[in-house]
Order: sequence, then structure tokens, then C-alpha cells
Amino acid sequence: MTAKVHYREIVQSGTGFWGLLAFLGLLIALGLFAAYNMEHHGHWITGMNQQIVWGTPHVFAVFLIVAASGALNTASISSVFGKSVYKPLARVSAFLAISLLVGGLAVLVLDLGRPDRLIVAMTHYNFKSIFAWNIFLYTGFMAVVGLYLWWMMDPPWQRHYRIAGFFAFLWRIILTTGTGGIFGFLVARQAYDEAIMPPMFVIFSFAYGLAILILITMAAMKWTGRPMGEVILRRLKNLLGIFVASSMYFVIVYHLTKLYITAFHGVERFILLDGGVYTALFWIGQVLVGYLLPLAIVYHPTLGKSRTAVAWASVFVILGGLAQMYVTIIGGEAYPLVLFPGMEISSSYHDGVVAEYAPSLYEVLLGIGGIGIALIAMTLGMKHLKLLPESLEDAVVDPHAS
Amino acid sequence: MTDQNRFEEARRRFLKGAAGAATLAIAPGVILHQVARARPASQPASSENRWGMLIDTTKCSSGCDACVRGCQEYNGWGDNEVHSDAAQKAHWIRKVEVRNRQTGYTHSLPVMCQHCKYPPCVDVCPTGASMKRDDGIVLVDKHICIGCRYCMMACPYKARSFVHEELHDQLPTAPRGKGTVEACTLCVQRVDKDGPEAVPACAEACAAEGHNAILFGDMNDPNSKLSKALEKYGGTQIREDLGLDLGVRYLGI
Repeated sequence: MTAKVHYREIVQSGTGFWGLLAFLGLLIALGLFAAYNMEHHGHWITGMNQQIVWGTPHVFAVFLIVAASGALNTASISSVFGKSVYKPLARVSAFLAISLLVGGLAVLVLDLGRPDRLIVAMTHYNFKSIFAWNIFLYTGFMAVVGLYLWWMMDPPWQRHYRIAGFFAFLWRIILTTGTGGIFGFLVARQAYDEAIMPPMFVIFSFAYGLAILILITMAAMKWTGRPMGEVILRRLKNLLGIFVASSMYFVIVYHLTKLYITAFHGVERFILLDGGVYTALFWIGQVLVGYLLPLAIVYHPTLGKSRTAVAWASVFVILGGLAQMYVTIIGGEAYPLVLFPGMEISSSYHDGVVAEYAPSLYEVLLGIGGIGIALIAMTLGMKHLKLLPESLEDAVVDPHAS
Repeated sequence: MTDQNRFEEARRRFLKGAAGAATLAIAPGVILHQVARARPASQPASSENRWGMLIDTTKCSSGCDACVRGCQEYNGWGDNEVHSDAAQKAHWIRKVEVRNRQTGYTHSLPVMCQHCKYPPCVDVCPTGASMKRDDGIVLVDKHICIGCRYCMMACPYKARSFVHEELHDQLPTAPRGKGTVEACTLCVQRVDKDGPEAVPACAEACAAEGHNAILFGDMNDPNSKLSKALEKYGGTQIREDLGLDLGVRYLGI
């Protein structure tokens, strides 16, 4: 017997709520300001160049898109794998998935050289391109998850929602496989061209999406004065630990593959040893902040029980995720192309040397604007739809536990 | 006037007439033959041709960048980007110096779009803007390029450039556009006009400098100078291991 979960819109609309909306609105305005300038003047005002063609906006965009599919995981675990503990969070999980995807896509589109030609991308397709697949995978994801959300929330349809949940789960696996494939299927660059990248991105998505879900749930429950028990928190943080450990395992295998093969020693040396900011971001950002600190927190006998510490672990996973994207995307581009294996090459066009790149303020603002879009969508969704449970107390979450 | 002189005059008149008639008879054929080889504008590019180049790096000198300047001048890139910094400016062709770490042997070569038979840039382009003509020339359709730069991520040769700013005073023969991607076109206008007799701007500039290191031609025509040179001397592709079957081949690398 399961306790009935009650969901309710957010009724509070005081200064805190409007302040939050104003803050997120400001982030979006700054992002749009940056996008306008990049489009009006051209990309010369950014730090991107002919070597680093995908810069900081892509770090944010790919992070948000990967996190989007991962955010759905909590809903999938309850609907597909029948873990009723997570059911109260299924609606938040599904809505967050759509919100994050919209935020990420906005950044991706506004960073195009010709964002005004988005319609061209909808009318001309090259079906061998993963980007072309993505246009269908992303819009399809929103449609499938939207349907799943509707069937979860609309009583006459509720008996079907598991089917929609199953399709949404399959869809998200394919979607993130595609996102990882953007890099994994690129033969040109030393850091990419690895079949492990698509599944690695799937695992990353589990961790990033869950970390965001934990923070949003904790904040929303606290700010609306709704109780959150120990059981759900313990389950979520243990799950986060498993996802972070799995991410680390994939990263180790990825680097071992490259380290074993002599042809890749150069790029491995660059990322792991003497790549300057990329090496620092890998060891301090991705590994220490993104993996070791969260693992230490969630599995620590006392810290693991502290809400604040679990929230910090989630923040660390997100920061580590951004560092990972920076190292993967920009570090992967910064290492020079190998035109003549075994030879030293030079030119007046940055051949044979590490590409220089410093993110511009415009790029950072555009990326943050994407976060603003995702969070404002989430805030408005929880405000006006019955997404957030009235209670996440132990008795509601897991009646058998008590 | 003696009989002999009259005969001589008649003979000359006859020869002139005959030569004129012969010229009139043959000339259209010769001219039409040229035009036919150059393909009329109404006919699409054909897979009967595969345009390519052979670059003899033993004739290419380290300090010389005539090919780069020739390309810049003909296609109008490099000088009219006023805001972009050195790393942001377009480069359709560049000179690369290669040094063998063990032996110290060095050589110099131009690198541009390699006009792959299986181009990764065409594979990844979401809209089909990045495309390969039937005659093997890889181009960007600037009307449907959305500026996503995926092709630049995919190109193993760094042959593609993104236009980072608004451009003015463009050449009508080589239109470019802010926010879109571009690269070496193998001087496609010349190829369409002159067919196998075409000389791309880089090859022209190289010849003017007296190096004659770049030979353009049809790889599908076994009798072309290019095919004969490839048959005689071979030719290496950059990153041949990638299996992309390049339209640009090199000697001495």
C-alpha cells in the first residue's frame, strides 16, 4: 500500500518569489544582451577563433543539454524501474528535464553564426549529421516528456503514464548518446574519436541532472515551507554517489585507453600534465571538486546526513561538470591537430602549437542566460502547475520504512 | 609580268584561300571542343571529372608564400577583416613547415581544403550547406550555412574558416558572409570556365614565382598531366590513414 502523494502549485508569491523572478530575469536579459552583440558585431567580440570554434557558450549549452536528460532519471527510476520512493519527485524531474533542455538549446542557437537562419535548420536536413538527428531528438524529447508529464498529472490518463515514461527513458538514452557522439564520432581531433564518449556522456548526465534536481527540490521545499524527510534525501544522495563514482570510472577508462595507445600520448600529456589551465581544470575542477569531494561527502558517516553538506556535494558535482565540459570541449580543441604524425609542424596559423583562448564576458553571460531560462521555466512551472509534492516526509515517500 | 610570275601569283592565291577555308572549317571545331571540355553553365558538374592537385614540395621553398598571397588576392580574404585578431582571421590556405624530429629534415608545403572524396565536413553539416560537387570540389553553400561550425570541428586539416565580422568591399567572384564558414574552392569559377585548362590562383602565383610546384588537373582523365604525374611519381595524402581519399596530393612529404 502506497500513501497518496499530493501535489500542489506554489501559493506563496511574496517578495522572495518576485525577487527570484527578477534575478532570473536579469540573468536572461544579460544573456540576450550578449547574444545581440555577438550577432550584431560578429564573433570577433568573443574569445573564440579559428582554432577554438566552440567556446564557453558550448560548455554551458552541452552541460545543460546533458543535465536535461539526466534530470529525467528520477522520474524514469520510479516509472520504468518501479521504485516508488522516487515517485513524488517524478513530475519535478520531468519538468526540470524540459526546462534544462530549453535553456541549453537557447544558448546553442544564440551562439550560431547565423541564428536568424534557424528556420533553415528546420527545412534543410543532412541525415548523416548528428546535429540534424539532434533537431529531432531534442524536439521529440520535449514532446515525449511533455506527454509523460501530462499523463502523470491528468487522472483519466494516469493508467498509461508508465508507457510514456518508458519511451521517455529510451528517448533520453538515445539523445545523450547523440550528444556524446558529437565528440566521440569526430576523427579529426586527438581528444575525441572514442566509442566510450557516448556512454560516458550518458553517465555524466545521470550525475549532473540529479545534482540539479537535488538542489532545486531542496530549495523549493524549503522556500515553500514543505517538509522533506531523511529517507528521500538519503536515497538521492546515495544515488548521486553511485553516479559520480560511475562517471569517474568512465573517465579513468577513457584516459587509460588513450594512455595505452602511443599515438595519443601527446594529448594525454597535454590534458593530464602540462596543459596549464586545462590540466588544472581537469585535476582540481573535474576530479577533485567534481568527483572526490562529492564522494567524500555523500559517503561520510556524519556529513552524509547533513542537508547542507549534501547540497554542497550537489553544487560540487555541477561545478565539476562545467569543468569537465570545458576540458572536453575547449581542451580537446586547444590541442593542435596532428597533420604529420611524428613530425614537428609550425606555421603562421597556429599549427603545432596549443591554441590560445580566453573566454569573453559575452560568452559567459550568454551561458548564464541559458541557466536563467532553465531556472525561470522551472520556477514558473512549479508555481503554476501541480509539480511539487506537498510533503516529502518519510511517511509519504516510503510508508514501509517507518 | 611573265607567265612564271602569273602562275606564282595564282598559286599563292590558291594557297591563301585553301588555308582560309581550312581555318574556317577547323576553327569552330577547335573552339567548340574547348568549350565542351569547359562545360556550359547549363550543365551540372559531372562525376566524369575529379578535379585535384599535385603539390611537389621539393619545388616549394620555405620562405615563399606566393600561393597564399595569390589566393588572398583572387578570393579576397585576409585584408578586409579589420576587427578580427590574427587567430580569428580567415585562412583558406597556409604554409606549413614540417620537421622530422629524428633526422632534422625539413620541408615546406601549402595546406588548404583537401577536397576529400569522403569529407567529414559534409558528413556532419546539419543543413547540407557543406557539400561535395559531383566533380569532387568541396564547397559551402553560404545561403544555408547557419554558422554552427561543426564542419570546423570535423575537418582534420583545419581547412575551414569562420567569418567573425561584417565584411565590406567583397569581390563579386568570391562572396563571403559574416557568421558563415568558408574554405578553398579550388578556384571553382576558373574550373567552371576553363575546365581542364584552369589554373587555380595558388598554382598561378606559384608558377609566376618560377616554382611550378602546384599542378591542377582531372584525376579521372588518365591522359591529364595530373594523372600522368601521379602515375609516374606517386603522390602522398596528408593523414592517408583516415581513408578520406583526398583531391590534393603531395610529393616529397
